[in-house]
Amino acid sequence: MIDVQDLSVTFRNGGRAVRAVKEVSFAVADGETFGIVGESGSGKSTILKAIAGLIAADAPALTINGTAMGTQRNKAQRRLMQFVFQDPYGSLHPRQTVDDCLREPLVIHGIDGIDAKVMEALADVGLQPQHRFRFPHQLSGGQRQRVAIARALILKPRILLLDEPTSALDVSIQAEILNLIARLRSSYRLTSILVSHDLAVVAHLCARIAIMQNGQLVELLDAASLRSGAAKEPYSQELLAASRGFTRATA
Amino acid sequence: MSQQALVAPRRSMTQWLDSDAPASRRQAMLGTLYRGLGAVLANPSSLIGSIIIGSLFLVAIFAGPIAGNASPVTQEWDIRLTPPGPAHWFGTDDLGRDIFARTVFGARVTLGIVMLVSIVVAPIGLGVGMLAGYLGGWVDAVLMRITDVFLAFPRLVLALAFAAALGPGIMNAVIAISLTAWPPYARLARAETIAIARSDFVAAVVMQGASTPRILLKHIMPLCLSSVIVRLTLDMAGVILTAAGLGFLGVGAQPGTPEWGAMVSGGRDLIYDQWWVATIPGIAIFVVSLGFNLIGDGLRDIVDPKSA
Repeated sequence: MIDVQDLSVTFRNGGRAVRAVKEVSFAVADGETFGIVGESGSGKSTILKAIAGLIAADAPALTINGTAMGTQRNKAQRRLMQFVFQDPYGSLHPRQTVDDCLREPLVIHGIDGIDAKVMEALADVGLQPQHRFRFPHQLSGGQRQRVAIARALILKPRILLLDEPTSALDVSIQAEILNLIARLRSSYRLTSILVSHDLAVVAHLCARIAIMQNGQLVELLDAASLRSGAAKEPYSQELLAASRGFTRATA
Repeated sequence: MSQQALVAPRRSMTQWLDSDAPASRRQAMLGTLYRGLGAVLANPSSLIGSIIIGSLFLVAIFAGPIAGNASPVTQEWDIRLTPPGPAHWFGTDDLGRDIFARTVFGARVTLGIVMLVSIVVAPIGLGVGMLAGYLGGWVDAVLMRITDVFLAFPRLVLALAFAAALGPGIMNAVIAISLTAWPPYARLARAETIAIARSDFVAAVVMQGASTPRILLKHIMPLCLSSVIVRLTLDMAGVILTAAGLGFLGVGAQPGTPEWGAMVSGGRDLIYDQWWVATIPGIAIFVVSLGFNLIGDGLRDIVDPKSA
């Protein structure tokens, strides 16, 4: 479904160039949930944004659903994949109601039966009809993230890109949102990529996991070896040990 | 108990407006409007400003009935330079015209200038600024250099040049003011657009496949608009003063038109003996400028509490 071949991303700021992602390659099969973990600044979110077409790659590197794609995409290609952002406080337009937010993608793609689809999308993510005409500032963080998920799924995409969808939420809400994502993933038969720095979250949702460091893909693991700690590369072992040590120390 | 019953319907109306779970898009919109209006009225400076500008609008609309049977242009030579009194509240000028009627009808001219300038300046400034900020690159460079060129024109000098080229008149004054007034709006809109375009909700509509005009008009413009409106109301005093200044210099409103600047200019030679001829329109200019400034100040407090 998603084929990434030697993806590099360079940010230029004046005369300074920073290579955020260096020749990363991986493939995600149809229906699979792929995880990307790594510390802050390891380039994991940048990969996701490049796949989404929000950031330009240095050279054509993406094949999605059999088509090579850059940042210029037509409506059908856009519709194929949607994004859930990390910060539910910044991903909803502050002057638009939930209704406006969910209606917009349907209007853009000229889809009929808007009212019914909006209600259905709200119910899908566990929101009540009374939330429909609220503004983002009248919702809690968890509710906002539900709206963001509803917005991403209302176009019935085949691919869902999740950029740390729970890291800005309370621990109790995190579990709810993760379960919601797991449920919707199977009912919509989604292919998804989940970026997180939380190994537990990734191990819970993903079958295969890429470990990133300094813009490079260090190792590809499956969930079982992540849980058992059977990583080959030294950095991966360090990362796993760090997360285990942290939980033991705080317990 | 009966008192409660009397109060109930009104309270339910405000409750309906202030509801945090509106049941329709109309209710959500009216609720936002209601809260915005409440904020404007709760702020002392914008409240006073609104009262002044509201009265200005009323005076301009009902200029005829308010002036009564006095005409702003009829000359009565036998009552030249009558001091303020019961027959002519603000006195008469050197051509025997009723200054009260001229001041009242002058509100129309002033409001007309203000509205024309806003209609020209806001769209040009927003359009140039949003395009430059959103598209970036060479579009940004070209548009901003053009903005710099216009910013370099001194307002009054350009207006004088316009008057020399096209002939004096209110329309040419409006064009001259607008041409020199839009660049700050372009810069403002550009700065706001750059900040907004980086936000996730814009990335989300890009992901949905929205076209660039749709993103700019539906998602970015509503957020730029509030600061542009604040700036516009704060600039209105300057526009009124410039228009009055052009009238005073004789290149704005033409003789006969009841324009406040031209009226001050007409009373200039008489200021020591017949003070009212120049003073009354001067007070009108002062009050209206103050009103716009107060509204602008209040709106800025409401829209952006940080920069107050």
